[in-house]
Amino acid sequence: MPRTGVFICHCGTNIAGTVDIDKTVEASRNFPGVVHADEYRYLCSEMGQDIITKAIKENDLDRVVVGTCSPRMHENTFRKAAAEAGLNPYLLEVANIREHCSWVHKDMEEATPKAIALLRAAAAKAALNEALEAPRLDVEKRALVIGGGIAGIQAALDIAEAGYEVDIVEKDPSIGGRMAQLEKTFPTLDCSACILTPKMVEAAQHPNINLLTYSEVDEVKGFVGQFDVKIRQKARYVDPVKCTGCGICWEKCPSKAPSEFEMGLSKRKSIYVPFAQAVPMVPVIDRDSCLYFRKGRCQICEKECPPQAIDYEQQDEIIERRYGAIVVATGFDQLDPTIYGEYGYGQHPDILTGLEFERIFNASGPTGGKVVKLSDGKPPKKVVFIQCIGSRDKARGMNYCSKICCMYTAKQAILLKEKVPDAKSYVFYIDVRTGGKGYEEFQRRAAEEHDVAYMRGQVGKIFPEDDHLVVRGIDSLTNRNIEIKADMVVLAAATVARGDAPELGRLVGINSDSYHFFNEAHPKLKPVETHTAGIFIAGACQAPKDIPETVSQASAAAVKAIGLLSKEKLQGEACTAEVIQSDCSGCLNCEAICPYTAITPVEIEERYKDGVLKRTVAEVNPALCQGCGSCAVTCRSGSINLKGFSNDQIMAEVDAICLQR
Amino acid sequence: MRYRYFPGCTLKGQAKSMEDTTLAAAKAMGIELEELSEWQCCGAVYPLYEDELISLLSPVRTLAAAEGEPLVSLCAACHHVLKRAQELMQRNEDARKKVTDHLEVEYAGEGRVLHFLEVLRDDLGFDKLKEMVKKPLEGKKVAAYYGCLLLRPSKVMQFDDPENPTIMEDMIRALGAEVVKSPYRTECCGAYLSVTEEGVAADTVQRILDSARRAGAEILVTACPLCRYNLENCADNEGKTPIKVYYFSEILAEAMGLPSESAQDRGTKEEVPQG
Ligand SMILES: Cc1cc2nc3c(=O)[nH]c(=O)nc-3n(C[C@H](O)[C@H](O)[C@H](O)COP(=O)(O)OP(=O)(O)OC[C@H]3O[C@@H](n4cnc5c(N)ncnc54)[C@H](O)[C@@H]3O)c2cc1C
Ligand code: SF4
Ligand code: SF4
Repeated sequence: MPRTGVFICHCGTNIAGTVDIDKTVEASRNFPGVVHADEYRYLCSEMGQDIITKAIKENDLDRVVVGTCSPRMHENTFRKAAAEAGLNPYLLEVANIREHCSWVHKDMEEATPKAIALLRAAAAKAALNEALEAPRLDVEKRALVIGGGIAGIQAALDIAEAGYEVDIVEKDPSIGGRMAQLEKTFPTLDCSACILTPKMVEAAQHPNINLLTYSEVDEVKGFVGQFDVKIRQKARYVDPVKCTGCGICWEKCPSKAPSEFEMGLSKRKSIYVPFAQAVPMVPVIDRDSCLYFRKGRCQICEKECPPQAIDYEQQDEIIERRYGAIVVATGFDQLDPTIYGEYGYGQHPDILTGLEFERIFNASGPTGGKVVKLSDGKPPKKVVFIQCIGSRDKARGMNYCSKICCMYTAKQAILLKEKVPDAKSYVFYIDVRTGGKGYEEFQRRAAEEHDVAYMRGQVGKIFPEDDHLVVRGIDSLTNRNIEIKADMVVLAAATVARGDAPELGRLVGINSDSYHFFNEAHPKLKPVETHTAGIFIAGACQAPKDIPETVSQASAAAVKAIGLLSKEKLQGEACTAEVIQSDCSGCLNCEAICPYTAITPVEIEERYKDGVLKRTVAEVNPALCQGCGSCAVTCRSGSINLKGFSNDQIMAEVDAICLQR
Repeated sequence: MRYRYFPGCTLKGQAKSMEDTTLAAAKAMGIELEELSEWQCCGAVYPLYEDELISLLSPVRTLAAAEGEPLVSLCAACHHVLKRAQELMQRNEDARKKVTDHLEVEYAGEGRVLHFLEVLRDDLGFDKLKEMVKKPLEGKKVAAYYGCLLLRPSKVMQFDDPENPTIMEDMIRALGAEVVKSPYRTECCGAYLSVTEEGVAADTVQRILDSARRAGAEILVTACPLCRYNLENCADNEGKTPIKVYYFSEILAEAMGLPSESAQDRGTKEEVPQG
């Protein structure tokens, strides 16, 4: 017979308000094996933990049941208290009588017997608990950052500064992300490139940072501390060691394609660097437009390249490396506003998205920094900005607020006034949302000092007429129809997840919300962790975000990664699965179901009659097993037990509840 | 091709010409439109409160009367009401039960509900129509005016792209006329505001007509009697290039070599020497 102690927490009135503590303690005394029962106002406090530790020693307890909040909150606290008294921590069992009982009931008459039943079940299970040891696992002292935007760069720099190696995997030919495309940045109007490029260069030069640009992650295996990752470095057709970045190849290349970096507003060559400050300054050849790859003729770049860096035979390369931690920082995209036919996007060159307008401002952009209409090269005199395109739109777009567009619209209206002083801006908005340090002041400046007319309402139709765009909308404060003959229209298109986010999430093993933004482990308390240990998220891949927020989150993710890498050993999972090999028929359904590839077939020898029989059975690698239990429920013959949650233990719990009724 | 046909009240009075020309053209094209017996008003407006079941009785009775066979109508408003009532019957079990119990009919939202333009596009095909045209409307500059009822709500009506529809233009092209596009072709005509707030309707109609004029249209075609009424009666056209408003079916009949008001107008115009 075990010697079990039961401890019941009031949690202030959280539990005691609905569960009759005295009755519960009394009932607990009668459970099989219980030799001690007690209660306390806050068991998680130091005093409370002391009560448990002392009682274990004084009463020679070998099992402990605590009736408290969810094990997600304090299981560790109480396990430590048990260990303090010399008890194996896995001999302690939590009965969740708060979330599963007091919080969901109102009536003490009903909640009390339920709490007692939950405690009785926990005591029955505890009687079968066995002492378990968590394995100690190695940590590979290197981090992987996926995505080289400002989030990825910042996280990598912080991790590198702490003394650990970091690889940045960036799918584009250069790091920099969206921030590299921006002109000036709210709320201080400092030039985006001026504050970004020093960081890009720092990342490139840092001895602990290894840039893998034009690369993608192909496979992630393993677990926290030991992620085995396959990275595909796409063929650039340029040898980065020989290339000096002189630029002769892209100067001479006769073939052109729309520039991704310029949002298709201008062209780039087939051999190109995406922008002037690209890091690394090594071009790539785009096979789809290159004359040599398409028609087998040209090779001008090869002939012209002084250091002979062009290599048409280059192949994609697969790099296999082990990492202790991963930071995902893959950023965002802009919604394609063509789904809103009424705005006529794509049908007229002077109807632009916010990101396209950033490029129009930029000195290296398609107009060389002159703010002019793409239709006729003349400066726009009337510009209509429309916010919330696809944001806050339950019917056709995204339900959420994209958060950055109110601010960048105000910014663009100010910049417009600076570049074209006689231009007039109109902003259609649903609400103006400018929470943030200095943000409201910034937006008010746009309205009050830069002559920006803010109109609460929506636009119903935009169409070209003569040499302007007619914008018809409604001012919902005065309920009047408005018609503006504009020269240019800027659509603040919603911030959306990258198109490949669901695929990347699956590959890396993290989940996302219904809009494909990656999910944090807790919306308040674990904002950069994910549900997968060792994988962190940062920047706009988690939700729409501006640069200050992105950078803070990136540093937070870096701290978490550093914390992990700084550990000598990690405590692994004690509650892993084990195969009862004598019962296993070797069907290996479990192998197929295991998400961590922890199950493999092995051959065993068994005595059979007089001889020896060889047969195949399943085996669990405890270092890989995360204790999810999928295999245990899949096994037809019930020959897999999850340690700490064995079939016998679960049945004992069920019996303890049902047989009393 | 055989269809059940729901005319609706307006087509027996104010918009008789839409019915006459459609029936004649359909006959010439081998499309059989069999008028429902003992039909009644479509309900006139779709109830925006979905619990206002009383106004669904009429359209649901009509839908049930089609006995699951394809049901064609011509008036944009009738088609709108029928289509939306059908969608509600498919979606809202509670409403369906109450309405059909009350009517003592069996109806669960089945059967195709079509506007005649959809028959031309989806079942006959505009290529086929083009072959059938006897007197192509060569040289005529025709603009389509859709209004709201055929297009919206687009998820229910499933008629055409609500912002950039093409069905009427495709028909106009098949009839041999020149298509003129005006940006106001999908804007509201003012609907019943022409009765209660004349100024508002006048304003919208004026925009629609002026924009069509600027685009060079001589003729505006519509499928809606109310749109036509507003377009013809609410605007001030003093001193402006005249624009004729017809039902789509009138120019269809004209192109098929059948009598219609548009053919007549054209005849008169040709006979009177321009001074
Ligand atoms: C029009 C506009 C104006 C703005 N103006 C301002 C402003 O003035 N001030 C401000 O604070 N913020 C502004 N922002 C917001 C700012 O752009 C974002 O906060 C910032 O870019 C987010 O950085 P990020 O690194 O999270 O994402 P990104 O900048 O999107 O970077 C992500 C990187 O990951 C890479 N990547 C994506 N998928 C993969 C993959 N599968 N594998 C490898 N790499 C991948 C991408 O190529 C990219 O380099 C503006 C945004 C817009 C749209
Ligand atoms: S080979 Fe291709 S990339 Fe090189 S110059 Fe010719 S077209 Fe440009
Ligand atoms: S930030 Fe402003 S413009 Fe952007 S979605 Fe939110 S409310 Fe709309």
